[in-house]
Amino acid sequence: MLVDIQNLRVSFATRTGTFEAVRGVSFKIGTEKLGIVGESGSGKSLTARALMRLLPPNARIDADRLNFDGTDILKADERTMRGIRGKRAGFILQDPKYSLNPVMTIGRQVAESWRQHKGGSRKQALEAAVDLLDQVRIRDPRRVCDLYPHEVSGGMGQRVMIAMMLAPDPALLIADEPTSALDATVQAEILRLMEDLVSKRGMGLILISHDLPLVSHFCDRVAVMYAGHVMEELSAGTLAQAKHPYTKGLLNCLPSLTHPKPRLPVLTRDAAWLQS
Amino acid sequence: MIKVEQLRVRFGDNEVVKGVSIHVPAGGSFGIVGESGSGKSTVLRALSGLNDAWTGNITIDGQSVGPRRNRAFFQKVQMVFQDPYGSLHPRQTIDRILSEPLLVHGIGDIERRIETALAEVALPSAARFRYPHQLSGGQRQRVAIARALIAEPEILLLDEPTSALDVSVQAEILNLLADLRERRQLTYILVSHNLAVVSHLCPTVGVMLGGQMVEVISAEDLRAGKTQHPHTSELRALSVGLEEPA
Ligand SMILES: Nc1ncnc2c1ncn2[C@@H]1O[C@H](COP(=O)(O)OP(=O)(O)OP(=O)(O)O)[C@@H](O)[C@H]1O
Ligand SMILES: Nc1ncnc2c1ncn2[C@@H]1O[C@H](COP(=O)(O)OP(=O)(O)OP(=O)(O)O)[C@@H](O)[C@H]1O
Ligand SMILES: [Mg+2]
Ligand SMILES: [Mg+2]
Repeated sequence: MLVDIQNLRVSFATRTGTFEAVRGVSFKIGTEKLGIVGESGSGKSLTARALMRLLPPNARIDADRLNFDGTDILKADERTMRGIRGKRAGFILQDPKYSLNPVMTIGRQVAESWRQHKGGSRKQALEAAVDLLDQVRIRDPRRVCDLYPHEVSGGMGQRVMIAMMLAPDPALLIADEPTSALDATVQAEILRLMEDLVSKRGMGLILISHDLPLVSHFCDRVAVMYAGHVMEELSAGTLAQAKHPYTKGLLNCLPSLTHPKPRLPVLTRDAAWLQS
Repeated sequence: MIKVEQLRVRFGDNEVVKGVSIHVPAGGSFGIVGESGSGKSTVLRALSGLNDAWTGNITIDGQSVGPRRNRAFFQKVQMVFQDPYGSLHPRQTIDRILSEPLLVHGIGDIERRIETALAEVALPSAARFRYPHQLSGGQRQRVAIARALIAEPEILLLDEPTSALDVSVQAEILNLLADLRERRQLTYILVSHNLAVVSHLCPTVGVMLGGQMVEVISAEDLRAGKTQHPHTSELRALSVGLEEPA
């Protein structure tokens, strides 16, 4: 099992008491694609960050089990964690442009990350960077190499992050909203790239996304989160036939190109969802 | 209300917007879709006065606007940025971020307006005294929308405003935007890569590719597949493909 999470809890001490953001999340993944969907603020990003131990200092983390590839993340020392982050596990963060170094050109950042894993000369690394940017369908990659993060578009920033993950050969890729700023043509290409990584390199993928149709088409399984809990887990292809009222409510809110609705239905939240 | 003629924007010797024209009547909504990197955000930034290196003509409410804008302009026109993280001051609480536009434009009743603005974008009042980094991605995006709405602008420029929202909150925001258009004649330009979202709110949609607006199409024709340009057809086909069950 690549990832084994049992009863994960993340909480914050606030002025008004303890805020429990993640309230007992469990799932396992192997060489497969797990999608995580659900409410904004339900703890999707924090769950992913907990697995990499990338939480803010005031966060408290608890779990019966939090294992990555045989390593107990709760007990691992910082050195072990550094060997995992960005190497055995790649992490594409939400807000990609803010994970890039603002004072280093795109080309140098991609080249450095390539060199860390593959070695070689600076010049070779820069050539590799141009090629990686080309693979994520960035137009005119040579020009883009000389730009700084604030000079690229939202979707280009996302693709730069993805390009940096293509070098290290991770066992697991965690991608938090990796394609939210991409048009459909580029998105399709990026998904093909990720599919390749999963099937050819035998990688596991955790894809966090609000795009229900995309997750349903692309992933193997989906976990649906609401208020810090996993409400249900189902095989991705059957998302449209979900049983849980929250999931059904979500699907109902989707605008559609082919079946327009004059006004979008909204979700009526039910306290009973959190009871069981 | 908004008239853009032959807008061109260049960075150094790289021209990224190559003669784009957009017309939006008062109370109308215009959607922009298109390839990532095609210049959508650059068009909005030039319109909102954040980039003064453009040529062409921009007329707002019958008045031609130059590169520099005055305070009255910023009360009339507000923008929601594509990356909410970068547009929210990291050391200001949400309360401070939302009061600022009210103070700048001398609008009173701050307490009530902040409460209303938070509720309208479905943020819990607990978010009010937090800092941006203490919120989730979608919560930050909602703060950015609340800030743009709070000073009651007449024109709203929205750059991927729902990209980080789950579809239930997205529905609430889209309904809110539709209500405001009805109630206050608000005029929108909405950039999004999601064709279903764009065609839900906007009767007219412009498609951008490589700095040009290659097609302007009605939402109705887009739905029906009466597309002219291959890029539009491709975007539509992929979107329709995803709507079919897996
Ligand atoms: N540093 C922090 N201090 C206090 N609360 C926090 C902090 N970081 C996150 N939270 C809260 O924890 C909850 C879960 O956040 P998380 O970022 O995991 O949400 P998410 O499911 O990824 O949402 P989104 O889809 O909007 O990105 C949110 O309610 C958020 O406000
Ligand atoms: N400050 C800048 N300096 C140099 N080039 C820039 C700058 N800002 C934008 N560009 C370039 O302009 C082009 C258009 O960028 P823009 O952000 O408008 O694209 P977009 O259509 O909004 O894309 P996305 O859908 O990915 O957000 C890109 O090639 C980008 O690299
Ligand atoms: Mg998140
Ligand atoms: Mg953009």
